[in-house]
Amino acid sequence: MSAGAAAANAPAAGTAAPRKPRSVGRILAPFLVLVGVLVLWTLASRLLLDPDRRFLLPPPDEVLRKGVLEGANLAEVLDALWSTTRVALVGLAIAMVLGVALAIVMSQARWVEYSVYPYAIVLQTIPILAVVPLLGFWFGFDFQSRVIVCVLVSLFPMITNTLYGLKSVDVGHHDLFTLFGANRLQRLVRLQLPAALPAMITGFKISSGLAVIGAIVADFFFRQGDPGIGRLIDVYRQRLATEQLMTALVLSSLVGLALFFVFDLWGTYVDDRRLGKATR
Amino acid sequence: MSRLAAHPFSPSAGRRLDDDAELAGRLMSPALPPDSAGQLPTSESALPASAPPASPALDFSRVSVRFKDGTQALEQLSLSVAVGEFVSLVGPSGCGKSTLLRLAAGFQTASGGAVSTQQDALGYVFQDATLLPWRSVLHNVELPGELRGMAPGERRRRAREAIRRVGLAGFERHRPAQLSGGMRMRVSIARALTMQPKVFLFDEPFGALDEITRERLNEELLAIFVAEPYAGLFVTHSVPESVFLSTRVVVMSARPGRILADIAIPFPYPRPPELRYSTDFAKLAGRVSAALREVTS
Repeated sequence: MSAGAAAANAPAAGTAAPRKPRSVGRILAPFLVLVGVLVLWTLASRLLLDPDRRFLLPPPDEVLRKGVLEGANLAEVLDALWSTTRVALVGLAIAMVLGVALAIVMSQARWVEYSVYPYAIVLQTIPILAVVPLLGFWFGFDFQSRVIVCVLVSLFPMITNTLYGLKSVDVGHHDLFTLFGANRLQRLVRLQLPAALPAMITGFKISSGLAVIGAIVADFFFRQGDPGIGRLIDVYRQRLATEQLMTALVLSSLVGLALFFVFDLWGTYVDDRRLGKATR
Repeated sequence: MSRLAAHPFSPSAGRRLDDDAELAGRLMSPALPPDSAGQLPTSESALPASAPPASPALDFSRVSVRFKDGTQALEQLSLSVAVGEFVSLVGPSGCGKSTLLRLAAGFQTASGGAVSTQQDALGYVFQDATLLPWRSVLHNVELPGELRGMAPGERRRRAREAIRRVGLAGFERHRPAQLSGGMRMRVSIARALTMQPKVFLFDEPFGALDEITRERLNEELLAIFVAEPYAGLFVTHSVPESVFLSTRVVVMSARPGRILADIAIPFPYPRPPELRYSTDFAKLAGRVSAALREVTS
């Protein structure tokens, strides 16, 4: 029983990690795709469209010049984007808490799962555009209703992913907790929740994009309170201001993308910790 | 390995390996006749020379298990293991060996008969190491104490001591993913040791390990057994492993599981690794194999 003997069959540090380091290719490849799209876009705009019809697809440099580099236009978009992002963040936070809570309750009693889960699926299938006006009647056309739309749109992935994580805990681990006489709460907090964390984070990633979309859709319909990006897009549509329209489009997808990356980083950190690669 | 010494609780303590007459006598008892597998006595009585076992820490009395689908997994099986005894269970796959352990641990209930054991001083080593991947080695080993509400200081002390005993001092902060299969099993054993088990159940723990690691872990397990005897029940598919570890090897029949042979292994503890290459060892292993062949044919 010597430590030396144990060390002899210790694997070399880091061999347990299958994840490859981010190589140049990982960054270069999507960048090349972007360049390709921009080139095709420019060619289509400049060569295929008559100048008087070019507003249908203005070339990228025009979008950049009018939408981003003209301070007033950019400020307008960023203002609206901030309002939308606030809605999305609040909606997402509520969906995360509510989704995880619902999944926990469902995981604790089968009858709860059986009685609630079908309606969680309905969340996914109701045409949100038909529900939006109703929500307006009930909750007003302000911040509150927009947040509710966000929650409705982004709740389902939270519930399913968390529930899946909670229920796919290793049977051997459950036996282990039974052996040590763990109660329900100990089992939930020390086994099921940590085991479900990676699946939960996957849910967060999916929901983050949906929350931004939900905020924009809601803003399209609810015209009271701070104008958000949805309303601005509608204004640009009426003005045929395609450059600003595209700027708004790109910037709002960037918000979803940024949220996604935050959760992705969190997920990577959790994985790394479990592989012993992260320091604390 | 210098702190290993024969323990008074060990039934074969004081008996010498070179006690040829006695061993020869046992070895000469004929292999099971092929046509009498069903009628064999459930237990060959232990050697007259062996110390009378203390009151059994683990006792199965006429235990039957029938699964919901109607499969009879165990039928009227009786088996006692006293502290200081190490019993290995061998038998064909699906004969109910693991079911027996699961009954003792309380994961499952018997449909007939009685199981008695000390639930609060029960060690269980699973087929997999079953470590929580998000916890460090130290925190994994602390888990039983944590769930049983042991004071933090005490459980940490016990965890560090157990980690040291399995030779993993210095690896406290490692994650399971950073350890080899053998090291993970050691952590699993350390975790069980923190409960200071009087009854220690092993569900084929070393099956997935390579031969060298398995043999080394066998020796380390015996070192712990000798230092602090418990009632051991060990499920395995490896005949040499069962003979090397045990005071008795119990051969079970195919489903429904019954005991067909109970073979005493009279080697004293501590057992040197070279024991595996002695003639007596080979003869006993041969007997276990023969009994096993009867069952599976």
